[in-house]
Amino acid sequence: MVDIPYQEVTGIPPAEVADVELYHPRSWWTRYVFSQDAKVIAVQYSITAMAIGMVALVLSWLMRLQLGFPGTFSFIDPSQYLQFITMHGMIMVIYLLTALFLGGFGNYLIPLMVGARDMVFPYVNMLSYWVYLLAVIVLAATFFVPGGPTGAGWTLYPPQAILSGTPGQDWGIVLMLASLILFIIGFTMGGLNYVVTVLQARTRGMTLMRLPLTVWGIFTATVMALLAFPALFVASVMLLLDRLLGTSFFMPTLVEMGQQLKYGGGSPILFQHLFWFFGHPEVYIVALPAFGIISDLISVHARKNIFGYRMMVWAIVAIGALSFVVWAHHMYVSGMHPYFGFFFATTTLIIAIPTAIKVYNWVLTLWRGDIHLTVPMLYALAFIITFVNGGLTGLFLGNVVVDVPLSDTMFVVAHFHMVMGIAPIMAVFGGIYHWYPKVTGRMLNEALGKFHFWVTFLGAYAIFFPMHYLGLLGVPRRYHDIGETAFIPASAHDLNAFMSVAALIVGFAQLVFVFNMIWSLMKGKEAGGNPWGATSLEWQTPETPPGHGNWGKELPVVYRWAYDYSVPGATRDFVPQNEPPAGLMAQGVHP
Amino acid sequence: MAVAIILLLVAVASVLFHIYSPWWWTPIASNWRYIDDTINITFWITGAVFFAVIAFMAYCVFRFHHKEGRRAAYNPENKKLEWWLSIGTGIGVAAMLAPGLIVWHQFVTVPADATEVEVMGQQWQWSYRLPGKDGRLGTSDARHVSSENPMGLNLDDPYGKDDVVIQDDLHLPVGKPVKVLLRSIDVLHDFYVPEFRAKMDMIPGAVTYFWFTPTRTGTFEVLCAELCGVAHAQMRSKVIVQEEREYHAWLEKQRTFAELSEQRGVAKAAYKADSE
Amino acid sequence: MSAIILYMAGLAAIAGWWLSQQRLAAKPWLEEGVIADSRGEALPSAKVGLGVFLAVAGSLFALLISAYSMRINMADWRTLPVPRLLWFNTGVLVVSSVALQWAYMAARRNDLEDVIVGLLAGGASAVTFLIGQLLIWQQLNVTGYFLASNPANAFFYLITAAHGLHLIGGLVALGRTTAKVWRGVEMIRLRLSVELCAIYWHFLLLVWLVLLGLLTGWTDDFVDICRRLLT
Ligand code: HEM
Ligand SMILES: [Cu+2]
Ligand SMILES: [Cu+2]
Repeated sequence: MVDIPYQEVTGIPPAEVADVELYHPRSWWTRYVFSQDAKVIAVQYSITAMAIGMVALVLSWLMRLQLGFPGTFSFIDPSQYLQFITMHGMIMVIYLLTALFLGGFGNYLIPLMVGARDMVFPYVNMLSYWVYLLAVIVLAATFFVPGGPTGAGWTLYPPQAILSGTPGQDWGIVLMLASLILFIIGFTMGGLNYVVTVLQARTRGMTLMRLPLTVWGIFTATVMALLAFPALFVASVMLLLDRLLGTSFFMPTLVEMGQQLKYGGGSPILFQHLFWFFGHPEVYIVALPAFGIISDLISVHARKNIFGYRMMVWAIVAIGALSFVVWAHHMYVSGMHPYFGFFFATTTLIIAIPTAIKVYNWVLTLWRGDIHLTVPMLYALAFIITFVNGGLTGLFLGNVVVDVPLSDTMFVVAHFHMVMGIAPIMAVFGGIYHWYPKVTGRMLNEALGKFHFWVTFLGAYAIFFPMHYLGLLGVPRRYHDIGETAFIPASAHDLNAFMSVAALIVGFAQLVFVFNMIWSLMKGKEAGGNPWGATSLEWQTPETPPGHGNWGKELPVVYRWAYDYSVPGATRDFVPQNEPPAGLMAQGVHP
Repeated sequence: MAVAIILLLVAVASVLFHIYSPWWWTPIASNWRYIDDTINITFWITGAVFFAVIAFMAYCVFRFHHKEGRRAAYNPENKKLEWWLSIGTGIGVAAMLAPGLIVWHQFVTVPADATEVEVMGQQWQWSYRLPGKDGRLGTSDARHVSSENPMGLNLDDPYGKDDVVIQDDLHLPVGKPVKVLLRSIDVLHDFYVPEFRAKMDMIPGAVTYFWFTPTRTGTFEVLCAELCGVAHAQMRSKVIVQEEREYHAWLEKQRTFAELSEQRGVAKAAYKADSE
Repeated sequence: MSAIILYMAGLAAIAGWWLSQQRLAAKPWLEEGVIADSRGEALPSAKVGLGVFLAVAGSLFALLISAYSMRINMADWRTLPVPRLLWFNTGVLVVSSVALQWAYMAARRNDLEDVIVGLLAGGASAVTFLIGQLLIWQQLNVTGYFLASNPANAFFYLITAAHGLHLIGGLVALGRTTAKVWRGVEMIRLRLSVELCAIYWHFLLLVWLVLLGLLTGWTDDFVDICRRLLT
């Protein structure tokens, strides 16, 4: 057989982007620590995010212990409770989920899925991780400074956030803001990489419409994050100036504990606008990568192409764009001009339509599929349940007048935990069970995985589904103890105790997961290159785990979309993206 | 099989929980029954969608789980189906949004005959003020706050002199619309009475409002629904809704701002005289 | 928040235009084989990266402008006098931009000497601008316009600082480009570095002009006139 160069066969010019000059590590340090290889950076990001996430998990136990059995745990006082919710919320949303989806999954999967050797700016990519690590360290340091971490709530609303009635006024809030500023700088460095890599480094034949939805999700989320994080940046810098140098960007004239402060004239609402201009897109920054991952998991494990791929792509783009014009639905009862309510309720409910389309397409993908109930598939199913549940309660809170009684109650807490807490976590777990074999070359243990799945899913559902009803009843959020309140029946305390027990069980199940990750690293079943029979490029690498530069000598060439499963007439039930069509095969082109 | 059943059970259990839940909203005590109605409509629509999606999913898992020799169908898209689903969703969304916006319009349109009541939040207590005989509240500013003038009324404003400053709980007459003016002198708070359904944040440096009509008499607990510092959960008070006659009897006993300042002034003078 | 919304609308228009070139309506399952990629003419990754970064920086400034225009409506705002030096600095920044443009054109002509002159002139004038900005701060401080005494002052310091920091970042890149000249890097690669510096400088100049309009109140007048024309 003669090897014919691709150009002659296909008539297309060679890759427009010159093969990247790869940076080659020279020592152990530059290979594993100060590495510029996106795969190593991805693992570093993931481990750091999960480590700090464990802290947030432990904090959630402590909060649940306090809520379930108020007064029993005397070491948790009201100000500590506030510190716990603040740190828990901030860590979960930003330092765990954002970092894990974009820095972890994004770094690992983007270059592999688009057929690149690495990110386009590897050095900046490495810096991104180290700045992120610094941000995490600064954040963790607040536990040890005098006064402890801030207790301002993860929304950090002024004036309260920087006054002495809130714990952590001395150091906590300052370090929190500093850490956020660092995080944003670090993220921007990484984000530039993810976006430009998708734009520039796709291999030959990889058109946008051939990208796996995971890449679409992460790409769109990154674009949104790049544009939304500056709002948090500006708000943090201004709040920091108010706190440290006495400016009055956000601080009105006020009397604190009988004392006139020197602030005056500022606008607390301005902060809220800036915060939510970031905060709402943030919800989708953790949701879109999850959407993408779930689409791919369902497709692979149901051995069926994703239903309505084009709609899925359009929906991702539409959601990304729309989510910049809904931010004030978090401010319906903030005292902003009431007429904004009409506009923001309408935009918010409109977003429900592309989101619903995604859900329909997931379940329609299952229809007449060949559903393998692997652990990733189970997580995908659980994602759909929790996401649909949380998305539907979002229709309550987005519909301005319904939000009036429900805002700032446990209904809100239940809603956002379902939709941006549990659902994305399901996607994270599903993704880890799915791609762990590629990262390590070994499978995670299936029995442990199933145990972990059922306890986590059913347990988390048992915590957060009933919680909605406490909110309906009128229990406000951020209360360390609802105490003696006439309208709250005694049975509500029992429900609280039940949710706390469920939370503890769910928490301990995570230890099983950690154990599984470590144990399988050494003892897991050998995975081979493509254990799930998947089509996308990351499963077609010459080595598993992929080597430095990912692809050996030649970059892969892409001949088809990422969802050729169970194609009629094909011998196997999947056709890899880089498998040439029959005509080209005959001419001697190899995959 | 087992997986399909568990998935279905999750949906069924959710619905049963909803129906039998002893935890439900407090009996309403204001005119905002419409809000409850809108929530109910939303529950019906979303509940149906939730159950349908999960049940469909469970069915797929039951019917199409992997067996030897099964091969999935090849079905990239179905434009018609997708359009119908989108349109159906659009209709469902409109069915929730339309009543929502109509009720919101009522919520932000204060009736002309509403009487004003001022609620002031500060860490961590509530204070109330009613307009006096002139029917108008005097202006105020956090700058004027002092131990003699804890609500920060503007001493030069004649309208403020006859304002009724309430020393403990707020009383309201039943059946009369009230416009609640909200302000704060330190941080954000939120005047929240679950039975009234309405609430709104209070912002230092600004006056916000909402309106409602109390529809039944009784004593209702006031909570704070916007994080305001360590004692946020303990920031309590009461609203007592009474028949017109009882309300007036109570109102008679209240003191005006001028009377209170005089009293304070006298007390202070006496104290000064003593210490001299 | 109208500034940032307008800015986002602009970005959305660009993104929409770009996506419209990407055959998003294609049915990928029908297209087997290698499709010629619709990536347009080849842009160097560094240039695309710079473009994305400018979008991010632009969003930062648009948000600052939004915050400014919301805060200015509060009662305690006392506009501060426009320091004369501001005009001089603006002129220097224009010179800096022109010098870099000149360096870029020289790079296209393969005229190394002019490149060096252009880079040095651009760098020197940028440093002059920064020193000028510091002098303005000092003048304001001496005349009692402290950071915390009025929100107008606070915004003035904040916005000039944000702009200045971006310029300092640019100077680092400019320094590295100059070092490349020193090391005798081949012209093709040098050309790209010089071009990127020039683009960044033009961007910062544009941002500065917008900010200047904001800080001197011209934008207000302009918006007023527009409003009057419309009604
Ligand atoms: C089993 C897991 C979890 C449990 C038991 C849990 C529990 C809690 C509790 C008890 C609160 C405080 C509620 C209150 O008093 O207002 C809370 C707040 C919060 N949680 Fe979680 N949580 C969990 C997972 C997550 C995840 C995965 C996220 C990621 C998005 C998350 C994000 C938040 C946020 C943003 C807040 C609000 C903090 C604030 O009010 O400032 N949680 N959580
Ligand atoms: Cu939102
Ligand atoms: Cu409070």
